[in-house]
Amino acid sequence: MKIVVNWDRCQGIGVCESVSPDRFEVDQDGQLVVKSETVSEGQEKEAREAVASCPNEALSLES
Amino acid sequence: MTGTLVVVGGSLAGLRAVEAVRGDGWQGSVVLVGAEEHLPYDRPPLSKGYLSAAGCADPTYRDEHRLTHELGVELMLGTPASGLDVEARTVAVGEREVGYDALVLATGSYARELPGTEGLGGVFTLRTLDDARALRAALREGSPRLTVVGGGFIGSELASAGRALGLDVTLVERSPTLLVRAIGVSMGEALTRLHERRGTRVLTGVHVEEVLGEGRVRAVRLSDGSEIGTDVLVAGVGAAPCTGWLEGSGLTVDDGVVADAKLAAAPRVHVAGDIARWPNALFDDVLDGPMRLQHWTTAAEQGARAARNAIAPERAQPYETVPYFWSDWYSSRIQFVGVCGAGTHEVHVEVVAGDPADGGPFTALYRANDRIIGALAVDMRAEVMKYRRLIGQRARWATAVEFAETRRRKAG
Repeated sequence: MKIVVNWDRCQGIGVCESVSPDRFEVDQDGQLVVKSETVSEGQEKEAREAVASCPNEALSLES
Repeated sequence: MTGTLVVVGGSLAGLRAVEAVRGDGWQGSVVLVGAEEHLPYDRPPLSKGYLSAAGCADPTYRDEHRLTHELGVELMLGTPASGLDVEARTVAVGEREVGYDALVLATGSYARELPGTEGLGGVFTLRTLDDARALRAALREGSPRLTVVGGGFIGSELASAGRALGLDVTLVERSPTLLVRAIGVSMGEALTRLHERRGTRVLTGVHVEEVLGEGRVRAVRLSDGSEIGTDVLVAGVGAAPCTGWLEGSGLTVDDGVVADAKLAAAPRVHVAGDIARWPNALFDDVLDGPMRLQHWTTAAEQGARAARNAIAPERAQPYETVPYFWSDWYSSRIQFVGVCGAGTHEVHVEVVAGDPADGGPFTALYRANDRIIGALAVDMRAEVMKYRRLIGQRARWATAVEFAETRRRKAG
């Protein structure tokens, strides 16, 4: 599984970073940086939570 | 549990409630009751881009097919719930009595109106999609002079949208400072500069005595005797929880529906979103009582939590959160995490990056006891979630200041 970002929707609001700080970070320009796209076993719950947390529904999980 | 989950409230919290249980594979019946005729839609854009952008689609979350066929939700939209009987386990909706086995209440807030403006043209509030459509049209008729009453976040976003359209904008706030309730006095002053820098006229310490005009607003007369000519008047004077319909239900209503840490207000009745007043354990050492939040993130999370707790009370979990809200004015992003007040505890605010004197960018931290309780970031987009985490870990003040120092050095 991997994280896919719809860059047209992302506004850098940052909720994903607070759910999953090792994976997501918003930089000073408000740009989201995905530090690791791949979701391995054991990380799925947190990744799903981060995807669900996005106010702009910019994140998805794809296999 | 099987049976019927009834969710009252067709906005974000209600949507997240039904999506949570369906996402978990729950097979019972789900009924979603909404006062408005619209399918659930996203509210934050309504006071932001929806007003000022040239073309903007309605921010509807899901289409009807998705809700009714894929998620298997019975939609009852267009009629507000009017009563709750916790003994009989029924909710009155129009002529119908809807029976439930589990119930989530998420009826949200309504916008307060300015007294004496009933039936007067050119006067608006902003809460619903219909409100936003009407206001959006009015702001585009010629080049109206816009007066916004109330300098909270909605009022500030409205002023910003008006300026983006090139309008003459006046913002009237009764308190001496904008945003005191949301971010405290010193930072409220700092954010006022964002308005002034972009040409919004800010009048504080005055209130509207009278709205003038026959059939249509012509001017407002303020408490200092001055008159402001205005073509469009928007009241951003706050929102109150939609709980009137729960009178006599037996639930405790006290500026919201009082619930426990697991969002339960009564057996099989859980609450979410703007109407929920619940003890947030993360701040039990600094706050004197339960809190009520009107933030997007809280509504989303509480909606899901309340529904899961409602259908499986034996596995119910408490809800705790570091509050988070964001606001976009002009080209600035304002973000706040945590709380800015702490009951009887004194709160200190310290700027740890940038300079509020220029209206930002800057970061300010809030301290109560020996703990970081809040952080405000203006155009400091990389900072705020890191402080949110620290607040959630109940970090000591020294830890937060040290972290800020590290960030400063890194930014160099």
